[in-house]
Amino acid sequence: MSKRRSGGIMIVVGTLIVGFILSQMPLPSMLVWWRPEWVAMIVIYWVMALPHRFGIGMAWVSGLALDVLKGSLLGMNALSLTTIAFITLILHRRLRMYPLWQQAMMVLVLVGINQLIFHWIQSLTGSTGDTLVFLLPAVVSAILWPWVFVVLRGIRRTFHVN
Amino acid sequence: MNPIFKGGIPRLFFFVLVILAIVFMVSDLNSPRTRDARNVLSLIMTPIQWLVDMPTRIADDLSDVLVSRRSLVKDNTQLRSEVILLDQKVQQMDSLTTENLRLRELLSGRERIRNNVQLAELIGVNPDPFQHQIILGKGLEDGVFMGQPVLDARGVLGQVVDVSHYTCRVMLITDARHALPVEINRNGFRAIALGKGSLEELELEYVPDTADIRVGDLLVSSGLGGRFPYGYPVATVSSVVRDPGRPFSRVKAVPAARLDKSRHLLLVEPVTENREESVNQQESSEVQMLNE
Repeated sequence: MSKRRSGGIMIVVGTLIVGFILSQMPLPSMLVWWRPEWVAMIVIYWVMALPHRFGIGMAWVSGLALDVLKGSLLGMNALSLTTIAFITLILHRRLRMYPLWQQAMMVLVLVGINQLIFHWIQSLTGSTGDTLVFLLPAVVSAILWPWVFVVLRGIRRTFHVN
Repeated sequence: MNPIFKGGIPRLFFFVLVILAIVFMVSDLNSPRTRDARNVLSLIMTPIQWLVDMPTRIADDLSDVLVSRRSLVKDNTQLRSEVILLDQKVQQMDSLTTENLRLRELLSGRERIRNNVQLAELIGVNPDPFQHQIILGKGLEDGVFMGQPVLDARGVLGQVVDVSHYTCRVMLITDARHALPVEINRNGFRAIALGKGSLEELELEYVPDTADIRVGDLLVSSGLGGRFPYGYPVATVSSVVRDPGRPFSRVKAVPAARLDKSRHLLLVEPVTENREESVNQQESSEVQMLNE
């Protein structure tokens, strides 16, 4: 039992690392505003699927790692990811019942909250523009959610992470 | 279904984490001591940065291997003709340098000092479009320090804002938080070039309407901030708008460095006031230019 548990954690951490890499991948300058929030989506999935194992603590740690990777203010991603993980935790029973498109709507809201928190903190520290383009990643994440969900569910079932 | 949370939703834990994150942010903003913690954390994340850079690296290597003879020959001839042109320019360099030195002695000015440089390779770009930052594959181990100026082949690129053991983070001059003291090469008029958050644009602040500044003027670093060495090209003035309704004219400039294209960059050892004396004495022996 315990052996299987540790294996499951490795799978979760593995998907997070893939998320980190995707979030750092260079994009053409046209698409730079359209980058989906990979790590946020992966965190939402694992909190929804395994709320008893992947909680807000893990979300906080992965947020901190993302902060270091992105060079943003230390704790910014930790704060936003913890917040959306907490909301997902409250909603996870409902989210599991939703059809995929409705889940995608929730992802839109959650990643939107994530982006809003970024925007607030960035405007507090004085580096931001005055447009709403910072919300675009939420839209892109919602559009990509069904595929991310199916892939992560496939991974979870293949490796019996539960 | 089993009850999942024995104690319900972990609200208290959530508040603790939020407060912890806020404490981190405040201390990151206010105290330089968190930098050490950050260095350690960056060390853990360095492999991921290398991993992200891998495809580009492989593509670079492949394009080195899979290159046709014809394009090699073409490159070769082109480079040869460039070398001849550059050689011709360098011919007079020696005599001009000595002449400059003599004139400076006559004016009892200081000798101009050449800067030590170190070659570094780009390994990552900050994906956040609000922050113009790049990551280089040199760190504390290679003697990189906070605030070190970075150049590319064409001009000033930015400065180091974060150093870890094997990597460092460079803020570009176009970042919205960056400002750089410059002067016009033609007449020495001084100004401050601010980044605007766009890669193709800098803005000169507080330029009076009467200032002698024209489109096409070259801006070079003035060295006044004590951070960037004197005389490196920064930008070319692209537009000057003199609006009588405004207290200052609006001057825009295009950066000289290829901010989004350069892969090989130079880290410059700046010459500070107290170091200047000693460097002056043993200039030729100690200061050497890296020929690349």
